[in-house]
Amino acid sequence: MSHPHTPVSSRNLPPIPGPLSAEIRGQILALLPRYPSKQAVTLPALHLVQDSVRCVPNWAVEEIADILDLSPAEVHDTMSFYGFFRTEADRLGVKRLWVCRSLACSLRGADELLEKTAALLGVPVGGTTADGTITLELAECLGACEGAPACMIDDEHVHDISDMTKMTELVTRLKQSSANKH
Amino acid sequence: MSAYEPVLLRRLGKKECQSIAGYRADGGYKTLERVLREMTPDQVTTQVKDSGLRGRGGAGFPTGLKWTFLPKGHPGPVYLCVNCDESEPCTFNNRVLIENDPHQVIEGIILASYAIRAKTAYFYVRYEYGFGTRQIQKAIDEAYEAGILGNKILGTDYSLDIFVHRGAAAYICGEETGLIESLEGKRAWPRIKPPFPAIEGAFRKPTIVNNPETLANVVHIMDRGIEWFKSLGVPPDPKNPRDAGSYGPKLYCVSGHVNKPGIVELPMGVTLRELVDKHGGGVWKGRKAKGAIPGGNSMGVIPESEFDIPLDFNGPGTVKALGLGTAAVTVFDEETSIVDVLYNLCRFFAHESCGQCTPCREGTGWMLKIVERIRNGQGRREDLDILEEVADRIGIMPGTTICGLADGAGWPVKTAIRKFRPEFESYLKEGTRGGVRLKMAGAH
Repeated sequence: MSHPHTPVSSRNLPPIPGPLSAEIRGQILALLPRYPSKQAVTLPALHLVQDSVRCVPNWAVEEIADILDLSPAEVHDTMSFYGFFRTEADRLGVKRLWVCRSLACSLRGADELLEKTAALLGVPVGGTTADGTITLELAECLGACEGAPACMIDDEHVHDISDMTKMTELVTRLKQSSANKH
Repeated sequence: MSAYEPVLLRRLGKKECQSIAGYRADGGYKTLERVLREMTPDQVTTQVKDSGLRGRGGAGFPTGLKWTFLPKGHPGPVYLCVNCDESEPCTFNNRVLIENDPHQVIEGIILASYAIRAKTAYFYVRYEYGFGTRQIQKAIDEAYEAGILGNKILGTDYSLDIFVHRGAAAYICGEETGLIESLEGKRAWPRIKPPFPAIEGAFRKPTIVNNPETLANVVHIMDRGIEWFKSLGVPPDPKNPRDAGSYGPKLYCVSGHVNKPGIVELPMGVTLRELVDKHGGGVWKGRKAKGAIPGGNSMGVIPESEFDIPLDFNGPGTVKALGLGTAAVTVFDEETSIVDVLYNLCRFFAHESCGQCTPCREGTGWMLKIVERIRNGQGRREDLDILEEVADRIGIMPGTTICGLADGAGWPVKTAIRKFRPEFESYLKEGTRGGVRLKMAGAH
C-alpha cells in the first residue's frame, strides 16, 4: 500500500502554478466516454497530472473532482490509497528510480543494493536528491525476476543491477539525462 | 518424453512477433474469424468449459464454469476485465506475453468477450509494466485499424471495445473485486462476496475477470480443440475428489538462486525438481537447494526434499503448501537462512495488506515484527507457536477477512515453521551468532 517515504521539505521548491493545462484537461475529458461512471477516470487523471508535474497538487485534486463530479475528498481518498501519488510538498524528481526488494531480487542482493543506493544518492528511501534529479523508491516486486536484482526507471525495467558499479553507472546516466531536461 | 513444442510462447523472439502483420502471417485472428462466423457465444463457452481450462491467475477456478455464472438473458452491459495486475512476487508470465505477443492476448480477449456477450473489455495492467502497456496499446490500435476491434468486427455483427487502464503499484488490485473497485476510481478494497462479480461486478453489472494467460489459452482451445488441450497436463487425482484436473500448457517462471532464471512453457505437471534442474539450469554456485516457493509468495515454502511434487493444481497441496498459485518458482540455496526468507515474505505482505480487515492489517504487521525480532536475535521460545497461531487465524479460509491476501500471508509463515522448525529453533538458541546481526540473503 503506502510507501514509507520521508518528505524532503528541505528542498524548498517554489509552488507549482495551476490551473491544469488545456492539454491535460482535454486528455481527461477524452477518457470519459470509455467508462459508464465519471469516477472511473480518477486513476487515469491522477496519472496524467503526476506525469506532467511530478506530483498531484491540491488544486489539481480540486480540478479533477470538478471534472468528474466528485468531491475533492473522494479524489484524495483514492489518491492517498496508492502510495504511488505524491503531494506537492513531496514531489518527485525528474526520474524515479525504483529498486525491487522482493524475494527473487532479495536473494540476489537487493537489500544491500537499496541500502547502498540510498547512501550513494544521500537520500532516504522515498527521498529526492538535492539537485532534484532522482527520487529513490523501493518496490515490492517489479515482475522482472529473471533479471534480478531489478530496478525500474519511471515505468521501464532495468535488469541485472547486480552490484554498485552497475548502479553507479545507472545513476550517472540518469543524472546526465535529467540535467539535459532542465 | 519428446521435447515439448511451445504454443503460448511459440512466437517469442521471432521477427515481427509484436505486430499485427506478423501475427496474421502466423495464422493469427483466423480462429477468431471462424468462431465469429460459425459459432454462437454459448458454443464457445461450452467448448472452453469442456476443455477443463482452469484460471492461470492463481486460484485455478474453471474458466468456462465461471462464464456460465453470468445471469442468463441479461440485457447488458456485461464487462470483461482482464487482470494483468500480476503483482504476485516472482511472477512475470503475463508480462512476457503482452510484451512479446500482445495480439495473441487480444484475440483471446475478443473470443472471451464474444462468449460472455461483453461489448466492452477493460485491460487492467499494473503500472510497473510500462513497456508491456505500450505494446498492448499499440496492438489494440493496430487491431482497430484492421477492423478486428470496434464496430462490426471482421464484418460480423459483433462489436467490442478494449480500453487499457493502468494501476498504481498496489498488490491488492490483483484481487478481482479489488481490481474492480480500483477500475471504478476508488481505493482498491476488495468486496464482500457474494455477490460474485459474475452477478454484480464492475459498475454494478455482471463482470468476468480473467488473466491474460488464461485468455491466450482460449485462443488455442478454440483453434486446436478440446482433445488437444486435454492431451496436455494431468487428469484429476483420484485421491482428491475436489481436484478438477490440470490440463493444457502452463508458463512457469523460475528465479532466485538458479543458474538460468527465466520463463518456460511446459504441459502442466512438470516436477519442481525438473523445472529447477533442467529448465532453471540447476542451483547456482554448485550449491544445493534448501527450498523454494512453488508458485508465488502466497503459496508457502517447501524444502528440497519435497521437490518431486508435480507443479499442477493438485501437486503443491499434497505436501501441504497452499497450491500451484502462479507457478512461479523461486529457489533459495543451502546457505540462505530460512529466517531471512521468511522475513522477506512477511515484509511483503505487511507492506501490501490493504488495511481494510483488521486481522490482516494487524496480523501481517505482527508476524513481520515477530520474525524481525527473531532475526535480530531477540526471539523468544514461544514466538514460533504465536506465529503459527496468527497465520492459522487470518484469512478467508478461517473466515476472518474479506479476501485471500491474508491467507497468502499466513501460508508462508506456517509452512516455513512446520517444514523448517529445527532451523528456526537453532536460530533462536544461537541468536545472532555472536551478537552480529546476520546479513540479508544474497550477501553471502
